This record gives sequence, C-alpha cells and structure tokens, in this order.
Amino acid sequence: MRLLTHNMLSCNIKGVSKGFPLGIEVAKLETKTVEFNPQFLRHSFPKIEWKAFQEAAKTLGVNDLPEQVEPSMLDDDDFLRRFHHALLEIHLEEGDLVCPETGRKFPVAKGIPNMLLNEDEV
Amino acid sequence: MARPERQAPPELFYNESESRKYTTSSRIIHIQAKLTERAMELLALPDDKPKLLLDIAGCGSGLSGESLSEKGHHWIGMDISQSMLEVALEREADGDLLLGDIGQGLGLRPGVFDGAISISAVQQWLCNADKSCNDPRKRLKCFFTALFHCLARGARAVLQIYPENTVQLELITSAAMRCGFSGGLVVDYPHSSRAKKYFLCLVSGPPSVLPKPKGEDGGSESEDNEIDEDDEEEDARTVKFSGRERPAKRSKLEKKNKKGRDWILRKKEQRRKAGHEVPRDTKYTGRKRKARF
Repeated sequence: MRLLTHNMLSCNIKGVSKGFPLGIEVAKLETKTVEFNPQFLRHSFPKIEWKAFQEAAKTLGVNDLPEQVEPSMLDDDDFLRRFHHALLEIHLEEGDLVCPETGRKFPVAKGIPNMLLNEDEV
Repeated sequence: MARPERQAPPELFYNESESRKYTTSSRIIHIQAKLTERAMELLALPDDKPKLLLDIAGCGSGLSGESLSEKGHHWIGMDISQSMLEVALEREADGDLLLGDIGQGLGLRPGVFDGAISISAVQQWLCNADKSCNDPRKRLKCFFTALFHCLARGARAVLQIYPENTVQLELITSAAMRCGFSGGLVVDYPHSSRAKKYFLCLVSGPPSVLPKPKGEDGGSESEDNEIDEDDEEEDARTVKFSGRERPAKRSKLEKKNKKGRDWILRKKEQRRKAGHEVPRDTKYTGRKRKARF
C-alpha cells in the first residue's frame, strides 16, 4: 500500500467522525521503482492532505519532506523527486492501520489493507 | 453460464479456483479487457493527463487495472475477494489494492478521485440478499453515497453491469440518481442479446452530454432511464437529460397537500404573530363545505 492510497483512506465505522488520518504501524516495508511523472504529481498535489502525508512518511522512515509546502515548490525538481519517492515508491507490505478515534486496527497483509467492517460497525 | 450471484456470495464464490480462471482463461481476459477499454472511452478523460482513478469490485484479478495503468493513470482498487486480489498481486498490478466490501461504503476522503470504473461487479454484489444484513437497497444507497462523496466535481463513474431484469436495472439506476448523480445508461449493441452491454455512466455534478452507444447496424440508440422508459431516442445526437424534469414532478405532489385545515391554522397563527386581526379558531375553521358552496 502506498502513501498515495493511505492519504485517501479514512475509517468507515458507523459513528466515527474523525476517521482520518489512519495511524500506521509498520512491520515490513518495500521500495519499488515507479516511473517519475511530474504531471501526475502536480495534479495530485492539491488533493493530498500534506500534514497527514508528511507524518505518515515519517512513520515509514522518510524524513526529508518539508512541514509547510507551497505550490511554488512544485517547480523544484529535487522536491518533486522526494515527493514522488515518498508518495509512490514506498510500500507498506505488512503492518496495521489504526483508526484515530476508536483504535480499531485494520491489518495490512501483502500490501493489501483489510478494510472489511464487522456487522456491528456498519 | 450461470449467474455467479445466484450461486454464492462474492467472497466465497471467487475462491482460489474461480480466481484462477481469470488468469488462465483467455476468453475472460479478452472480454474484461474490451469492457475496460470501452469503459475508459465512456469515462472521457482528457488525453495525456494522468489521473487518479478508482476501480470498484471488479478490480480483483487486476485485469481492468492493467488497462488503466497502460494509459498512464494511477488507480486504487477495492474488492471483497481475497483470492481475486492475490491474482492481481501475481499479475503485478500497478495500482494499490484494498480488501473491502463496497456495500459498506468506501472509506475514502471527499473529492479525491477523477473517475471511477467498475467492470461486471456492481449489480452482482449489491443486489443479492443472501445474508440478512445485505439489504440491497440500503447497500446500493450506501455505495452510491460513498462514491459520490469521494469523486471530484464533474468526475465520471462508469459501471458496467449485467442486470438480470428491468427491475434490477431500475433499482440500481434510481439508487444512483437519488444520491445526487446525473447521467444515464448507455446500451451497446441493444439488438443483440449476446453482445448487449449495459454501461451506467454517472456524472458527479451538473448533467452533460451522454456518450454515443455502439450499435450493430451503425445506428445509435440511447436509453435515458431516469424518467420514462418510453422515451427512446432514435438519434443519439439530440440527447436529453434527466435531472431537470424531476423537480417538476415533486412540486406537483407537494402542492396537493397545501390547502388542508393544518395549513389554514398555520397561516392564521402567522398572521396573528404579525399583528393582524384574525378570527378565532373554532371547529368551523377549515371545515369541508357543501359542494354548492
């Protein structure tokens, strides 16, 4: 699971109002190379919740992302490469996603998070 | 081929052996690829701009996802069957996969996706009611609300379905419209029972032109399912849209209830509050008069 996906996920349990962002507990990471596409990065940049993204990146061990960002930084190639790496190339293979409100854990196995809810949570 | 949804719920039906078929059967691969390509056409995304897309339920096995990645888009897929997702992993799908039940809602942030596709999945898993917790209408509503929520303004969703009958079709289409989507049904090859394909094209936001469906004889027919079934367009170029006519219907119904006793009493209260002289409310207020009156 990439950070791009993590940034879009929120907890779906009934009654939970603050289900984003999900906490990450890492058990295994992997890095896979992905083609660098600045257009996609510029396009997705406004959609990303930067604070959540930056903190999630830190839990995965990536510390070189700035805390505050401005759209002008997208012209900087170095920043784009770091953004690309953190967003698309790091995969969480094994671990858990934790709901910030209820603490419910969603296990991640083989890179696939299990977001199935139990009957009483729907 | 028997309908999968009549045999078992999806997470059980698509077990390992069934999922294997998706990797090895060239016919299935071919069909899925064609359906995905047609769905992409209907999605009408601007060329050369990589987008973030959502692949719903049919994404397990990664067949549809491959076509998306080939066009350079990034996608996230959700499926309920673990075995199908493993097949997708084996095929080294480029997109991220999620194990989840679309009838429970999607759990995605609002306005993040530029488009969504679903190949042969929606009607199967939402219309079955083999478990007591699977009320189809509720699941459909839950799904479409979540989908509307996570799509960006003006983004499209193309859902390819195999409806069993018109009732199911109506169920799905009306559930989608009620959740705020506009759009309609595109039926490819409507005259051939074998080649006929239904694509539910939904737009999140104001209605725009519906894409032209394909026909065997080169002609085009498009069905606008929201209003009347008898509104069939011979010439798809003069396509008309649904959403606009709905409000008119509702207001007609609402007006009928306007002149009851309650309404009269409410109006009198309002005028009293405004300071006017109003006759007092008695048992004669709003009483039904004789026809001659």
